[in-house]
Amino acid sequence: MGAEYPSASALYEAAKRVRDSGFKRWDVHSPFPIHGMDEAMGLGKSWLSAAVLGGGITGLLTATILEFGPSWFIYPLIVHGKPTNWATVPAFFPIMFELTVLFAAFTAFFAMLIMNGLPRWYHPVFNWQRFSRATNDGFFLIIEARDPRFTELEARELLEQSGGEHVTIIHEED
Amino acid sequence: MIEGEAVASAEKPLMRVPLVLNKRNFSWVTERIAGVIEANAPRWWWVAFAITSMVAAFGLFCLGYQISTGVGTWGLNHPVGWAWDITNFVFWIGIGHAGTLISAILFLLRQKWRTSINRAAEAMTLFAVICAAIFPGVHVGRVWMAWYLAPLPNNYGIWPNFRSPLLWDVFAVSTYFSVSVLFWYTGLIPDLATLRDRAKTKIKKLLYGIFAVGWRGSNRNWRHYEMAYLLLAGLSTPLVLSVHSVVSFDFATSIIPTWHTTIFPPYFVAGAIFGGFAMVLTLLVPARAIYKLHDIITPQHVDKMAKIILLTGSIVTYAYAMEFFVAWYSGNQYEKFAFYNRIFGPYWWYWWVGMLFCNMLSPQLFWFKACRRNIYIVYFVCMCVNAGMWFERFIIIVGGLHRDFLPSSWGMFYPTWVDIWTFIGTLGIFTSLFLLFIRYLPMIAMSEVKIVLPEANPHHAWPGEHHPVAAGGKERN
Repeated sequence: MGAEYPSASALYEAAKRVRDSGFKRWDVHSPFPIHGMDEAMGLGKSWLSAAVLGGGITGLLTATILEFGPSWFIYPLIVHGKPTNWATVPAFFPIMFELTVLFAAFTAFFAMLIMNGLPRWYHPVFNWQRFSRATNDGFFLIIEARDPRFTELEARELLEQSGGEHVTIIHEED
Repeated sequence: MIEGEAVASAEKPLMRVPLVLNKRNFSWVTERIAGVIEANAPRWWWVAFAITSMVAAFGLFCLGYQISTGVGTWGLNHPVGWAWDITNFVFWIGIGHAGTLISAILFLLRQKWRTSINRAAEAMTLFAVICAAIFPGVHVGRVWMAWYLAPLPNNYGIWPNFRSPLLWDVFAVSTYFSVSVLFWYTGLIPDLATLRDRAKTKIKKLLYGIFAVGWRGSNRNWRHYEMAYLLLAGLSTPLVLSVHSVVSFDFATSIIPTWHTTIFPPYFVAGAIFGGFAMVLTLLVPARAIYKLHDIITPQHVDKMAKIILLTGSIVTYAYAMEFFVAWYSGNQYEKFAFYNRIFGPYWWYWWVGMLFCNMLSPQLFWFKACRRNIYIVYFVCMCVNAGMWFERFIIIVGGLHRDFLPSSWGMFYPTWVDIWTFIGTLGIFTSLFLLFIRYLPMIAMSEVKIVLPEANPHHAWPGEHHPVAAGGKERN
């Protein structure tokens, strides 16, 4: 069941009420991230950063193996008679840095998609005509029927009392 | 209430100049920016695109000619083994830096004014890096051997030298390009969803829909999205500083006079941002005039970019002066001669026009507010800086090589028509890609501009002003 709110601050206040009434499977939709909405929805800090840290470490290890393997063990190159001892290790740092950044950035991007369940080209909310404004200037709050606390009456009352307009039941199929 | 009024009256004198003028609302932002793409291509666009794509095609022809005939079609020879090719490479890659600075560093510094310009600047970064990557790729001579740059053993089992700055460059530039693409695309996803929801034809809906990956503006998604965006900004920040540092290592680790200086990394990075901001303004000032985006790219934005050009231009001036000081102070005769030669040698006018006038003097106009607010002066200075930064790289590269240690091996460099047209061709590729970009993708980040509107703040409702709910409701008929 979805409702539209007239402004970001109205949506923010409504989210706090829905959070406090104990719903779990609900979401708000807005054309831009609303500052403080995570707390208003009772969501913690995104743990995407942990995945990115893992990606960065993987990149660093990859670069270490990639550089030390050939240059140290497989085929040490002697260029211009220059040394190849431990004092030359700083010459490996730029590539270590670059691969750390590269792997971490790819992890950030793909972890963001995976954690958001994207790409997902079909979603029931797209069946709601008004919802196309969510990417323009509309502010929406959706409570899913799968929520254990969900009853049509209670959800409608909550959405209407919190200032929601156009309260609509969205169906799975068209 | 009393407390609220106190806050309101305290905030009044401190009110900042709004980033979007004329109190525009959310849907105005969408309409104005998406409208650019949805309207039919204006006639000037077709004319401009026809010219730039022809230039680009001729540039590609020159590349094909150079590859099929050999590097001898370029004017490079002993002693000037690096000339226009590497000058163009450093020039283009430097331009890219402003885009990443705007999108990453200004994001971390919470400079909200970046939202109006970051999308176009990031696109500029990508296109500039594409142009840059052409030159080291083909200047190696036998392009089909370019895979030697990859970390793979060749047919003798020899691996590339991981201690070589040239290989660092391969990693730095490819990482820079990949991360810039990811950053740019991540920022585009919400805007692609906007275009998807506004699309009138099936094919547009399908294409924008595919690339929008089903974005619904859900706050559970925004939570991870914002973290990903923050981390990408955090990763890009050291990256952008590293890329031009690594480019400067190509020179700084050699023994050529004027090249082997420790000042190069910061000097190159400042120069890159300097030249890049000039290019951002070069592209955005006409785009803003043509598409009437004056409420989004306001005089304040131009003013701030001009200040950054002044700052980085002054850093560059300091670096130039420091090079001369060190040459004198070192007592090294080759170094001293090289800098004497820079001002009075055969390439004297490159220094007087390019470095002295364009890079050191012209941005000093931006000390004056009247100059920063006069769009013609701003544009003139940007053009000077664009040219000046190309000359600077030429002076460093060719100026260093053409007269080094032994007078018996001195020589001059003369570009051939292939040299010249390959460079002009990359200008064509760059502008063609940019024209395609403003035609098919939103050149301003709609979702980000909306954040800086006052009513995007959920605590916006202070008394004394009209209530935002009512205001929102009124405008939404």
